[in-house]
Amino acid sequence: MSAPTAAAPVAAVGRLSATVPGRVVRSRAQRVRKVVLQVVAVLIAVLWVFPIYWMVNSSLQSSAELSGDPHFWPSPAELGNYGRILSDPTFWSALRVSATVTVIAVAVALFSAFFAAVALTRFRFRGRTSMVITVLVIQMIPAEALFISQYRMLDGWGLINSVVGLGLLYAGHSVPITIWMLKGFVDGVPADLEEAAMIDGCSRPGAFLRITLPLLAPGLVASGIFALLASWNEYTLALVVMKDNSSATLPLWLARFNVANEATDWGAIMAGSTLVALPVVVVFLIVQGRMAKGLVAGAVKG
Amino acid sequence: MSAVSATTGRRTGRRPQWLTPLLLGLPALAVVLLSQGYPLVRQLVMSFQEFGLRQQFGQPPEFVGLKNYAAVFSDSVFWVVLARSIVFCAVCAALTMLLGVAFAVLMTRLVTAVRVVLQSAMLLAWAIPVLSSLTVWQWLFNTRNGLVNWVLVHAGLDQFDRYAWLLQGTTLLVIAGVIVVWMSVPLVVFMVYASLTQLDPEVLEAAELDGASGIQRFRYVTVPGVAPVLMLVGLLQIIWDIRVFTQISVLQDAGGVAEDSNLLGTYVYQIGLGQGNYGMGSAVAMVMLVITLALTAGYVRSLVRQGATA
Repeated sequence: MSAPTAAAPVAAVGRLSATVPGRVVRSRAQRVRKVVLQVVAVLIAVLWVFPIYWMVNSSLQSSAELSGDPHFWPSPAELGNYGRILSDPTFWSALRVSATVTVIAVAVALFSAFFAAVALTRFRFRGRTSMVITVLVIQMIPAEALFISQYRMLDGWGLINSVVGLGLLYAGHSVPITIWMLKGFVDGVPADLEEAAMIDGCSRPGAFLRITLPLLAPGLVASGIFALLASWNEYTLALVVMKDNSSATLPLWLARFNVANEATDWGAIMAGSTLVALPVVVVFLIVQGRMAKGLVAGAVKG
Repeated sequence: MSAVSATTGRRTGRRPQWLTPLLLGLPALAVVLLSQGYPLVRQLVMSFQEFGLRQQFGQPPEFVGLKNYAAVFSDSVFWVVLARSIVFCAVCAALTMLLGVAFAVLMTRLVTAVRVVLQSAMLLAWAIPVLSSLTVWQWLFNTRNGLVNWVLVHAGLDQFDRYAWLLQGTTLLVIAGVIVVWMSVPLVVFMVYASLTQLDPEVLEAAELDGASGIQRFRYVTVPGVAPVLMLVGLLQIIWDIRVFTQISVLQDAGGVAEDSNLLGTYVYQIGLGQGNYGMGSAVAMVMLVITLALTAGYVRSLVRQGATA
């Protein structure tokens, strides 16, 4: 009697109430309750997505419209806000800085974490477990607990306002979580496959390169994207390291653009905000299944 | 694995067993030591030094023992900030867990179409970069044209006409809290929902046949079944929420007040990097680190335990 698509426990309850005569009355109440639950769920979904809708909606309205009573639908949709952002050289400069820092961070983190993950999964050595736990602990150190001395260190090396300096800090922050994620993926490839290749005459590194590495490609992509999103969205360390406006990353640019225009031009701010979010949301939606697994292990949260 | 161990065993004659993993781990070790290990040592040293503006102009720093820590612990501002951080963290983490678990349980009762709608909404809120969401929340709470004030005024609450949310520490923290909960709930929903769907429906059915009421089934079958995940996610929320920085810092910069809205992270930033009092800033940062590590110990233990049972 219950909808065939309902979750298993609900289906079980429904089946029971249909077979027990005394329960028929309750089952109608249950049906009403079920409809109410669906409505509540839709309302929650609307509430949660509303800020994002409001961002896009406001980005498509002129300043005049935004300074009056709220319009819940952009009509006619106005693209001028996007035009202003896309013709702003500071936006493009921030995009370049963000892209460079992210490439450095992801390349360094992925390369070094990959070998470390192999060391932790394919070898048995003393202190291995404590190494794994150390990785977990380092991963939880908050940026705020170290940024004073990180600033001093980069300042001493002349790396303030430098993509290399910020890229190094981002790589350091991403290495532990990347090791943790890759460790899971390497664990998932049976060592037996390598052994079979070795019996067939491969050297050990050769077996790893020819057999295990190709199987790890999806894992490498997933962990790489994870490090990419973490660096792309990071704000705290960028604020500490990138002092000049000319070296701002996209999140810093958005924060400063917001402060500079909040009295006059919310349409442009919302357009900038949407442009910063768009690529991230697209990438995120593509890889979200794998991300959930990685986040469990303790990821970086803005 | 045994065959591989055998091959490494054969090699031990030529080189020690730990050499290859050490070489493989070297790049990662170097990156972490450079970006975090060395700053950590340096910060620890700095927290025992007189290291202020004079030192920045060339004066050698002087060791002062525990003077920085004594100054921090005898400063009433520090205690206020610490207490505020703990309250903020407790409220946000509790709300996040409550809503997250409630939504996850709700999800098990939904028809597929509605569940996909709710999941997509959560996914979007989860995916959005924190700075993008911060700007739109500021716009929603904007003094002159914000939607929140407009709705409140139209609901008859005239005191919210042009209400400036960011100009008071408490209301700034309320907005920050709303943003933190809004962006944290999705992860809790997904994780708890995933573990709820892994519960054996037959156990629940058996409990019902034995006469357990809905509440009893939830309390004695569902909750113990998802307890390890709840512990893990709850601890992560606490660790994350005790050190909220970005939300507070951005709201403060956007014309908000700084004095009554500081949490530990922004407090360290202001005395350390803002006022150049590196010694004292480092001392507060070390206190923060110790708090985080104490919480992390619980997290690691629960993760290891979960790994053992999974």
